[in-house]
Amino acid sequence: MNQKQTWTVIFVVAAALLTIRSFTGPGMAKVYVEDTRVSLKQSGEKEVDGVMKPVYEAVAPGTDGAIEWTAQSQVPPRVYYAAEAADPSQTAIHLSASRTIGVWVAALLTLFIFSFLYRDNPFYKFAEATIVGVSAAYWMVVGFWDTLMPKLFGSLVPAIVTANFMPGLEGKSDYWILVPAALGIMLLCRLNRGLAAVSVIPLAFIVGTTSGLKFVSYVESDLLAQTASTMKSLLVAAPAIGDQPSTGFSMELSIKQALLFIGVVSGLVYFFFSVEHKGVVGKTARVGVWYLMITFGAAFGFTVMGRIALFAARCEFLFDDWLWLIDPTQNRVVVETAVASVNALVGAMASSPWMPALSALGC
Amino acid sequence: MSFIDRLDAIDRRWIFAMMACAVAIPIIVIGMTGVRFPEVPGPTSTAAFEAIEALPDGAKVLFSFDFDPASAGELQPMANAFMRHLGQKKAKVYCQTLWAPAPPLIEDTLKKCLLARNPDLVYGVDYLNLGYQAGNEGVMKVITTDYKQSFPTDAKGTRTSEIPMMQGIENTSSFDLIVVVSAGYPGSKEWVQYVVSPTLGKERPIQLVAGVTGVSAPQLVPYFPVQMKGMLAAIKGAAEYEFMVNEVIEAANPGRPLPPAFMEAQRRMAPQLFGHLLMVGLIIVGNTIFFLKRRQSRRGGTMGAAA
Repeated sequence: MNQKQTWTVIFVVAAALLTIRSFTGPGMAKVYVEDTRVSLKQSGEKEVDGVMKPVYEAVAPGTDGAIEWTAQSQVPPRVYYAAEAADPSQTAIHLSASRTIGVWVAALLTLFIFSFLYRDNPFYKFAEATIVGVSAAYWMVVGFWDTLMPKLFGSLVPAIVTANFMPGLEGKSDYWILVPAALGIMLLCRLNRGLAAVSVIPLAFIVGTTSGLKFVSYVESDLLAQTASTMKSLLVAAPAIGDQPSTGFSMELSIKQALLFIGVVSGLVYFFFSVEHKGVVGKTARVGVWYLMITFGAAFGFTVMGRIALFAARCEFLFDDWLWLIDPTQNRVVVETAVASVNALVGAMASSPWMPALSALGC
Repeated sequence: MSFIDRLDAIDRRWIFAMMACAVAIPIIVIGMTGVRFPEVPGPTSTAAFEAIEALPDGAKVLFSFDFDPASAGELQPMANAFMRHLGQKKAKVYCQTLWAPAPPLIEDTLKKCLLARNPDLVYGVDYLNLGYQAGNEGVMKVITTDYKQSFPTDAKGTRTSEIPMMQGIENTSSFDLIVVVSAGYPGSKEWVQYVVSPTLGKERPIQLVAGVTGVSAPQLVPYFPVQMKGMLAAIKGAAEYEFMVNEVIEAANPGRPLPPAFMEAQRRMAPQLFGHLLMVGLIIVGNTIFFLKRRQSRRGGTMGAAA
């Protein structure tokens, strides 16, 4: 069987299983929402920075002159089942087509990304391109509304921005903002080969300010504070318990402090290359290597833990939100439904005319 | 081809398949049975728990959501547990983020973990969503001197100067505690460097607890306990802290069942166990194959030389 046939078989089997899953029991991947009618009416005006602005208050839906809209909030399927059981004609809680499609899209994109583990394929490429495109668009919109609009336009033309786009923004002009704006435009000159040299100026500004900021903070938090934490007595006093004062020293804490001290010294010796690593220096450096290896091992273990956690979260999404195979958060009470079905089946068997005969056979 | 050679040349996709089974099967079993593993809290998680437990009622807590949906699988359980604990302590929670994709996560966490159990809380009086602010550590530098300069409005566009909760908030020193859940840059490291460290040795140093990803945990451990009062390291830290928070909430609300949604981190420890066992097994098998093949090649080399 060649690759094409293998993939065809996999897709046909998967599609058949999904179809069966969709039409058996409660189905799968359904998202329900509750409609709530929101109604606001102008109750007066208040002055903000010399400008009169309307004040709204919540009123009953259907009130004359009120502005109304419908807000939708997602509810667990069990809430929908309960509402349907109480009143089958209710329409306040209903299936949301858009959100259901969203779950399907998320599930399929997850599977497309996972498919790369088998080999590179068009589905993976499609998912990858989608993520890149959506991320770029998201960042562009966020950049415009959270940076350019409030910081640049909000400082250059505050009255227009406050009146039309961001009413809560402080309306103060600040033309110094033209300096970073000019630096930003100069940075974009990289796109033009003839003007590319201009982009070096803002780049130098970024590198200079960043290194200045980082230098001070690193010295303060990573050099001085960490050195102070290391240069402590190797005999650590036992911690006080409640109102009882500390008595004697703690063996456990003292060993920890000693290990920390040895680790720092031997690690520094390993990276000290002005002296040949022989004799005492060589042995100390060897201890430093062991410390480094343990550190790398711990870092690798933490990384594995992080990756498995992310993979587990995606698996839980696929099995719970999409396939409805499990219900750890009891959103659908399918467990109860399954138990009820089994109980009904057992009850039906117990009352069947075949039961005496089956009992006689030892079943 | 010997068995060792075949193992040595095994297709890496078999490893992927084994890992998929090691993670997926426990999830299905745990999801169907509701069984969970016992947790023994470690020192960093306990310290984080005690730092929040020591807060007085009505304490002002700045909560920074510095992560995105890509790392939510690991960090969202921490954010949920922190928010529920702060709600239990009746703290005034000021939410903010320095990551652009995080605002929907703040909304979701507030709704599920704070308002679901405390529906009487009032926006702007008991909790606040200040939303996203661009500028990374630049924002941190500014809020250490003037908080409202970096956050002139909240997430809804209301001026922070008009919000009751913001009265008396001058800078980061105005908060009793800062909680950071972070995935990378800018994150807990920058909070320690730019916000906490400058206040060390002062009369009232800033208190910070953090929840971090497994990848960034090793480089943040040295900050505990001086620059960081507590730390939840990876999903294990989240499970330990979640366990302690659940115990406190159950004790404070007898007869009120705990929603299973709040055992998310503890549920995810089973796939961790089997995933790690598989990794350990693979490392042992890989090393065994390496040493066996090296011995084989040495023997072959010696024989070749003798011949």
